[in-house]
Amino acid sequence: MLEIKNLQVSLEEEDKQILKGVDLSIGEGEVHAIMGPNGSGKSTTSYVLSGKDGYVVTDGSAKLNGNDLLDMEPEERAAAGLFLAFQYPVEIPGVGNMTFLRTAVNSQRKARGEDELSAGEFLKVVREKAKALKIDADMLKRPVNVGFSGGEKKRNEILQMAMLEPKMCVLDETDSGLDVDAMKLVAEGVNALRDGKRSFLVITHYQRLLDHIKPDVVHIMANGRIIKSGGPELALEVENNGYADLLEETA
Amino acid sequence: MPATALTELDREITLPAAGVWGTKSRKDALARLTAMGLPNRRDEYWKYTRPETLTSATPTPAAIFDGNDEAPMFDAIDCLQITFIDGVFDANSSEDLEMAGVSIERLATAMENDVHWAKDLYGTLETNGQNPVQRPLAALNSATATDGLVIHATGQAAKPVLIRYLHQNETSDAVLHHVIKLDDGAALTVLETGPAAARLNKVMEVDQGNEARFNHVRTQGRDHARCAVTHIFARLATESRFKSFTLTANGVLTRNECIIEITGDDAFAHVAGAALGDGDFHHDDTVFITHDAVNCESRQVFKKVLRNGATGVFQGKILVQPDAQKTDGYQISQALLLDDDSQFLAKPELEIYADDVACSHGSTTGAIDETALFYLRSRGVEKDEAQDLLVLSFLAEAIGEIEDEVLADEIQSRLESWLKRHRS
Repeated sequence: MLEIKNLQVSLEEEDKQILKGVDLSIGEGEVHAIMGPNGSGKSTTSYVLSGKDGYVVTDGSAKLNGNDLLDMEPEERAAAGLFLAFQYPVEIPGVGNMTFLRTAVNSQRKARGEDELSAGEFLKVVREKAKALKIDADMLKRPVNVGFSGGEKKRNEILQMAMLEPKMCVLDETDSGLDVDAMKLVAEGVNALRDGKRSFLVITHYQRLLDHIKPDVVHIMANGRIIKSGGPELALEVENNGYADLLEETA
Repeated sequence: MPATALTELDREITLPAAGVWGTKSRKDALARLTAMGLPNRRDEYWKYTRPETLTSATPTPAAIFDGNDEAPMFDAIDCLQITFIDGVFDANSSEDLEMAGVSIERLATAMENDVHWAKDLYGTLETNGQNPVQRPLAALNSATATDGLVIHATGQAAKPVLIRYLHQNETSDAVLHHVIKLDDGAALTVLETGPAAARLNKVMEVDQGNEARFNHVRTQGRDHARCAVTHIFARLATESRFKSFTLTANGVLTRNECIIEITGDDAFAHVAGAALGDGDFHHDDTVFITHDAVNCESRQVFKKVLRNGATGVFQGKILVQPDAQKTDGYQISQALLLDDDSQFLAKPELEIYADDVACSHGSTTGAIDETALFYLRSRGVEKDEAQDLLVLSFLAEAIGEIEDEVLADEIQSRLESWLKRHRS
């Protein structure tokens, strides 16, 4: 599904290398987690994959089902099946959540040569999916993320994910700023999308999210590289001992 | 009436023929104009907008614009339609000037009538509005207006009055003056659309009685080469409500002034505008709201989207007189610059002499929010469309000032079309 090879990335504005050769391979239906200390390059990985400005790829590649992601515009990556759930979802006053969702869904369908969903069809699907995430009609009507609580914003991200039906979902610290109940709700939403085919990359600081979204593989990232990979037990090890031991091990 | 040579004004002013009171009103206006002189670039109030093309003896010719790719503005709304072509009332394309709750006449007809209510109003609010800031082009209008409407709302108007201003002559110079009086409790919606002429000088005086409601939505056409100066003078009595929204897309020069005096308690005045400019576009909103009564509210919400060297200007003032306690004043002027060549010049002002008031004002100039743009694109929305959505997001507060949903939707759809046509 997702093949990242020797990905090296610097900041555009200053001569600073953030990713120093990331290798990562995620198969169909797999859930991978990336953990790591602050500044290790986790979020940068998600931004570079989804095409945010401000980064320069100096070496390496990232392919989604064989297609070179780094060569595409952000919207083309989305249409190809990549989805990034933002750590800080953006507020867009004056644009209704529903309008935004429908524009996004239909833009992707158009890009893939599919027919656009009619207003009626769209409404039916969105209501059903919103209900599962406890997103009420009012939240759908309000401007995108404006006045939403932290939990509501994250649930709204998962709703977008559910509507867009991506192949590869990247969740950037989706648990940040969430209380336990909100985290459970978000995790349930994510788990509902696990269908054996869709793949996930879950970026997080804390093991607790991984209690709810069970990963197949856990990677530890530090200083712009993946320094260790293993099973779910690796996350528990970090939870108990912190990153210090791992960092020393590989230093 | 012979032409009056005015060396002070560097141009000849001809007063059109009118009846007894009309002639007196015109002479008075000319005297006001002569005393203050035409505006020039050295005037503080014209610091950001060059008045030459508005004051010259003849207008700069403006090419006729064919806007037939869109349905006529407000076409779907049931209105009493009145048409002016190049500033002249056109009976053929206007409906009969008859509607329940309202009486409507042409200005010339009213002026020929020795006894007429408009006699006490024509030029009166304009005169009030000359202090403390002079507005010579409004006085020029009162002196020389050749046509216009005199509207008296005595109750709830059966439907909106739609005034369409067609531009068919490349050198037309229109001077229009409307006088609108709303009796106590009367309600009237006036819609205006179109460029009117190569050059337009328009004044609208609105006098509202107690609890009278005036609702105004206008669009100034899509012509690129036309220029216009317009003034709205409104006087608000107790518990009256004034709402005005203007959409300006294109136009080489536009100066829209709105001067409101709130004289009755518990009244409110909301003025809003959205301006879209691409290239040779200069748009100036100049607003002056005077609070002279207790517990009144005023809002000024102006948004401009500018690209390819377009210029936006905002001069807005809230003046709160000593007795105007419990005033709630709000003023926001914002520009979204889509490139580095465009500019926004703003002069927001508050002048407050009462001590128990809540007034806020803000003015910002910014570019498209890159993070929001990326957010939308990451969801699959193409860059152009994502940018349009963010522009509409920026304009939303101004559009939100239009109360009537049908009218708001109409304006919104025109904005969307304009943005689609002007993608980079």
